[in-house]
Amino acid sequence: MNERNRTFAKGGGLVVLLVLAVLFPQVFTNPSVTSYGVLALIFATAAVAWHIFSGNSGYISLGQAVFYGSGAYTMGIAARDWNLQGTSVFELIPLCGAVGAAIAVPFGLIALRVRRHTFIVVTIAIFFIFQLMAFNLWFTGGSSGLASPFLTWAPVPFNQNFYYIALACAVGSIVVAWLIGRSRFGLQLRAIRDDEDRARGLGVKTMRVKLGAFAISGAITAIIGAIWFYFITQVQPQTGFNPLFDLTLVLMVFLGGFGSISGAVLGAVIIEPLTSWMSTVPALSGSVSTIIIGAILLLVVLFMPRGIIPTSSELITKLRMRGRPAVVPTTTIEPVSTGSDPSAPTTSIGSGGAR
Amino acid sequence: MAREITQAIIDGILLGGVYALMAVGLTLIFGVLDIINIAQGILVILGSYLAYSLFTKAGIDPFLALLITIPAMFILGVVVHWAFISRLRGGERTSMTLLVTYAVALIIEGILFKVYGADNVQISPSYVNSTVHIFNFYIGWIYIWGFILAVVLVVAIYALLYRTRYGRSVRAIMQDETAARLVGISVNRVAAITFGLGVAVTAVGGVVYGSTNAFNANAGYDLISRLLSIVILGGMGSVGGALGASVFMLTVESVVTIWQPTWAVAVYYAALVIVLLVRPQGLFGRKAVRAQ
Repeated sequence: MNERNRTFAKGGGLVVLLVLAVLFPQVFTNPSVTSYGVLALIFATAAVAWHIFSGNSGYISLGQAVFYGSGAYTMGIAARDWNLQGTSVFELIPLCGAVGAAIAVPFGLIALRVRRHTFIVVTIAIFFIFQLMAFNLWFTGGSSGLASPFLTWAPVPFNQNFYYIALACAVGSIVVAWLIGRSRFGLQLRAIRDDEDRARGLGVKTMRVKLGAFAISGAITAIIGAIWFYFITQVQPQTGFNPLFDLTLVLMVFLGGFGSISGAVLGAVIIEPLTSWMSTVPALSGSVSTIIIGAILLLVVLFMPRGIIPTSSELITKLRMRGRPAVVPTTTIEPVSTGSDPSAPTTSIGSGGAR
Repeated sequence: MAREITQAIIDGILLGGVYALMAVGLTLIFGVLDIINIAQGILVILGSYLAYSLFTKAGIDPFLALLITIPAMFILGVVVHWAFISRLRGGERTSMTLLVTYAVALIIEGILFKVYGADNVQISPSYVNSTVHIFNFYIGWIYIWGFILAVVLVVAIYALLYRTRYGRSVRAIMQDETAARLVGISVNRVAAITFGLGVAVTAVGGVVYGSTNAFNANAGYDLISRLLSIVILGGMGSVGGALGASVFMLTVESVVTIWQPTWAVAVYYAALVIVLLVRPQGLFGRKAVRAQ
């Protein structure tokens, strides 16, 4: 009964959150406010995509910007070469997802052969190869990048429409992540995180499972990259393939709570608006915001190493347990009395052995 | 053509020596503490800026300034280890230390931007552009000095590792940390010294990097990704591997630059990927047993 109540409370809470998220742009119509919302949802989607692969499998990927930038560039190049205009550009989104998954397969086949630190560095190396390609290939527009097709929406509906598109992506990715977490596939991924060799010994096709999760994560990241590109209307190699993008995702996930979907979302919703807001305040922009983000990161790791959600849920459990009597085991050991005078020589074996 | 290639190989070897020194710091820290120091790149730039300030404000020769900057960087490393890294425990320690060193890198980067601005600067003592003419090849003195200094320091680190009590402790910890603890090695102290040492060598790398390149605080990203590639290619924790890999990588890049300046960096990273396909443990690394 209690369990069912909790499930209802959880479901109800999620519905309330969703309603609030849907109402947000209706209440705050100011475009400078709603653009925070759009970017937060874009990063929430990317962070959940990161969680699907890295959070479940334990392989820390610092190459997600490969997919993000590829999605943005796929949309830009396809729209340019096929002369797509206005809302018909959104028909390219499945293509962007397919490109993301298609890149993830060879990327994963190379990178997933190695583990831990080496995997991290290989993802960084492949990321730099992609950034260099965006700079230098003939069809990418070089260092000036690409501009998106023009959308004839006024500022307020522009942001509102993008907000709902990003919200749909975020909800979609959360549902995908939740389904994976519940499935046999998710269980296999977590088995790999805990002990890959043993998982393989028990019959998990580790490479196939890892590659599958990597491709799903890549497809989602590419889709949200394409939407991000259409929202900010341009992409350059250093913004599409941004090394800070990956590190920001990791920061978000660890701030919220590594290994949980809600942690990834919460981290993104805190960090992204904060950085966007700091860049608008002259006293906090540029180098100062870098220092502040670094300091937040240090504080989180040192004082909340497991992230906000696990730490706070621990705290809540502790508070709820406070009034109740502690559970006493039935066979308690009587305290051994060693006499009233502590300095008196005792005959117990324990202290005798120590002397 | 053959002459250009030879020149490129010479340049690659000389520059490789300097990168080796920075990479040795990284690989030592990795071997003993089992962490990646993401801040290594920005620490090199910090070393460059320190030398730059001492040169422009106080007129101290950048190589002479190493007598000040090396101890300063050593202390910085020990402090960072004591304040942040030694406090991390638990299962996610590897990822956590990655985040901590990244946070340190961000803070240093922000401070450097705040103090020095975003303009590119270069350390330019009078001899920075003078060259020596040997067998028809022109070689910059700064590269030669940097190479000699790097070789001397790498040899010194080797001697430290294989001839001293500290070095024995370091190698014991690399082999088996628990066993090292059991035989009475103070792992925390050795780790602090190693972290300090690994950071201290960036002062030397910083001087040579800062005199041969125009730099600002953003250059740290380029450096750290190169250094990580070198360390992985050489096999993590292997000092000799870092030396070999950095000379190999820099020579490859330098030779490719003759034909394809734009793609030289891609070749650099592609070399890493290809080598790892054949040897996942790196060129000189030991095969990891149950690496998870």
